[in-house]
Amino acid sequence: MSLSIALKLARPGGFTLDVELDLPATGWTTILGPSGCGKTTLLRGVAGLEPDATGCVVLGDRNLQDDDQGTRIPCHQRRLGYVFQDGALFPHLTVAGNFAYARRRAADQGLTVQQDELLDLLDLGPLMDRHPQRLSGGERQRVALARALLAAPTMLLLDEPLASLDRPSRRAIYPYLERLHHWLKLPVLHVTHDLEEAARLGDTLVLMDGGRVQAHGRLGEILTQPPPGLAMGSEACAVIEGTVTESDDTDHLVTVSHGHGQFLVPDSGLPVGSPVRIRVMARDVSLAMEAPRLSSILNVLPAQVIDMHEEGAARVLVRLALGETVLLAAVTRRSALALDLAPGRDIYAQIKSLALL
Amino acid sequence: MLTAADWTAFGLTLRLALVSTVILLLLGTPLAWHLANTRRPWRPVLEALVSLPLVLPPTVLGFYLLILMSPTGPLGRFMEMVGGQPLAFSFAGLVIGSVVYSMPFVVQPIRDAFMGVGREPLEAAATLGAGPWDRFWTVVLPLSRRGFLTAATLGFAHTLGEFGVVLMIGGNIPGKTQVVSIAIYDHVEALDYARAHWLAGTLLAVSFGLLLMVHLVNRRWSGVRP
Repeated sequence: MSLSIALKLARPGGFTLDVELDLPATGWTTILGPSGCGKTTLLRGVAGLEPDATGCVVLGDRNLQDDDQGTRIPCHQRRLGYVFQDGALFPHLTVAGNFAYARRRAADQGLTVQQDELLDLLDLGPLMDRHPQRLSGGERQRVALARALLAAPTMLLLDEPLASLDRPSRRAIYPYLERLHHWLKLPVLHVTHDLEEAARLGDTLVLMDGGRVQAHGRLGEILTQPPPGLAMGSEACAVIEGTVTESDDTDHLVTVSHGHGQFLVPDSGLPVGSPVRIRVMARDVSLAMEAPRLSSILNVLPAQVIDMHEEGAARVLVRLALGETVLLAAVTRRSALALDLAPGRDIYAQIKSLALL
Repeated sequence: MLTAADWTAFGLTLRLALVSTVILLLLGTPLAWHLANTRRPWRPVLEALVSLPLVLPPTVLGFYLLILMSPTGPLGRFMEMVGGQPLAFSFAGLVIGSVVYSMPFVVQPIRDAFMGVGREPLEAAATLGAGPWDRFWTVVLPLSRRGFLTAATLGFAHTLGEFGVVLMIGGNIPGKTQVVSIAIYDHVEALDYARAHWLAGTLLAVSFGLLLMVHLVNRRWSGVRP
């Protein structure tokens, strides 16, 4: 299945959205961009919530919108689950009432979702009799997520679902989202301005700016590709997928293997065999000509320079190949000159810290 | 004590207020919805028209309505054409006058309530598969019920106390168009202060009771919605 979007919209203030995008409508697609770049407008356009957005939206074999042919399926018939930034729960209904609202309308079309299993997965049992005003931000978003799913959608659209939460509650929701994602096998289109969120959840990444798509492709590749993928400034990073292969109980470290090598990462309680994602910030990677014999840095890996990209006057972003894995290192221009960096040069990458996502 | 004639006036007044309130809600709801949602240039014109009765002397309103309803006026001629009763000096005429006169008191609270619902719950309902009517019944109405309660009460109470318009278009026909406010006026003119007291006191009590009920219910409902 695929989702193809061609939407245009012009706002009176001068903002224009002009997007043409073909996405795999499987897995998790994250649209990442600064606020005001039009990513939410794009998502609303797909859902049919932007009357002024014209063009074409096709999901699998369903033509949701084709303004050339005069086809426009209204929002309530598109069957796309939508989670709003602050939940948009009905204040006059309890949590159970909000769920019933979604389920009843799905049932009218002969569709059902295993409610009990879903509520277990999201730990919602104890909240059923509460009114939305009495929920915390994190609880509200979990309820909104469940409500969207109970309408039995063919695709789930998430509009910055975690933006109104503080960092701890955001971290608390990630596992739910991931579990849900595995359980559902439902394609997800997720909008965010937070790179960590994108790096943690996305399979496919779409970079947007100024109402246009700058790049899109597999997350790991896009983040380490030449601009605009690299244009994350101080946020530039590489995301590597691997598996926990060993755990050392004395030092509380786990080994993560990723095909061409291994990383040592502080243990976060994941059992051996778990698939994990590691994020390596470019600013946490330094380069050396020789492997240091004694160093506090655990992860020192031989690598090869692919190419270099200037970032401002003083900084150079270096792309490194670890086998087929690409890593980014941010160094000063002076260091780059001192090390005589050039494409093809063998070098050691010292990774000061990496984060399990 | 209230005489039989006073009771008749009371019954007529209540009947007028009830019928007018029902019609006001039926007409005022779509009007309020339009005002809350339209971005058309005629919106301010419509809003000014609806609020006119707030500032016009009732005699001015009554005068124009009387002209409209007179057998030579457009409304009067229309009624004659379709074989209906003449409107001036009739109960139906009073209802029309009351509806026009009380419209702002009904439209404004409902419009404010509609605007208070906001875009988001409606969009959420749409993404959950609710069509436009479904959204109106299951989201808009429950979320604006305080506005409706206020509108219905104000419309009812305002019609109870109406005087000038009724006098202009209804006259003072006992049992047909004589409402309480006019009966009171008659008693005072006749220096029958005792009967005026009874009627005035009852009207005062009924009106106060109604408004008190609204505020009590609103306070209870405010716990459900912030």
